[in-house]
Amino acid sequence: MARFTGKKAKETPALNMGSMSDIIFMLLFFFMVITTMRESTLFVKIVVPQGTEVSKLEKKSLVSYINVGTPMQEQQAKYGTDSRIQLNDQIAEVSDIIQFVELEKSARVEADRPFVTFAIKADKDTKMGLVSDIKQELRKAGAYKIFYNARKGERK
Amino acid sequence: MGRKTPGLNTSSMADISFLLLTFFLMTSSINTDQGIARRLPPPLPPDQDTPEVRERNIFVVKINSKDRLLYNGEIGRLEDLKDRAKEFLGNPENKSNLPEKEVVDIPLLGSMEVSKGVISMQNDRGTSYDMYLQVQNELAAAINEMRNELATERFGRKYADITEPQREAIDQAIPIAISEAEPTKIGEKK
Repeated sequence: MARFTGKKAKETPALNMGSMSDIIFMLLFFFMVITTMRESTLFVKIVVPQGTEVSKLEKKSLVSYINVGTPMQEQQAKYGTDSRIQLNDQIAEVSDIIQFVELEKSARVEADRPFVTFAIKADKDTKMGLVSDIKQELRKAGAYKIFYNARKGERK
Repeated sequence: MGRKTPGLNTSSMADISFLLLTFFLMTSSINTDQGIARRLPPPLPPDQDTPEVRERNIFVVKINSKDRLLYNGEIGRLEDLKDRAKEFLGNPENKSNLPEKEVVDIPLLGSMEVSKGVISMQNDRGTSYDMYLQVQNELAAAINEMRNELATERFGRKYADITEPQREAIDQAIPIAISEAEPTKIGEKK
């Protein structure tokens, strides 16, 4: 081949790769900022109420969520428009909570079980009747540490 | 062929990039949940009588199915709740219609007067969760403010900045005295 044997092969100019890392990092940061981690898909619409005295939820590994809200548009044919409870990734009844508590507790190591917190993530338009029922069930199940999810907001 | 571009020295690029990367790694946190933490009371044994509480030791907050408030039988506004709760729990002038106090020996604080007052909350099954949380929030605000005041007075720092044993002492001096009654059923959808 003339290319290799030729004394003076035509040199391809080297591409300047200096800005390559800029572009890669820009992409990396973009996705870092954009992504939120989500454990299970929500079937219910939740807009948590606002509060001024909110504190951070500590020890995320010891938290189990009870989602309460009206079913999403596409789920309404199946579950109706009344407020429903979602435990993990399915719609549940109030009577399922005791079992849910047991299940969530047994998933943790023995030493951590008394510290499991149940976070009630309820929509602000939920009626207290349902929330009270949930609280009663939690009491029966021996889950006393609860947490009302809320957003930080200004005083109204 | 045009002029050859002189090669840029990009070896420090990696340094800068890693500096940025570590900065964001350390400062960013996966969005944490916020809210109000509460403790539920254990279920009462069925044969136990309800303990008698003197009238002066109790402050009743009722929320009806239309989200209106009643404090000790009078119509009230949400904006006043924090001050009412603070006055009730603190009872700074030792008024005879506000709660009694009990002298308790608390480590780090010495003997403290702890209020015997309890705020009793009752809502309806038709009350909105939003209103319920607003009331909880105002009561939490009252307690937090009182704890902050005591922490600043005794330890010279805010409640959030003191050490764990100090915080426990403050918690003992100003407990979260909120009790919730069984909700009424007026506003329930049939």
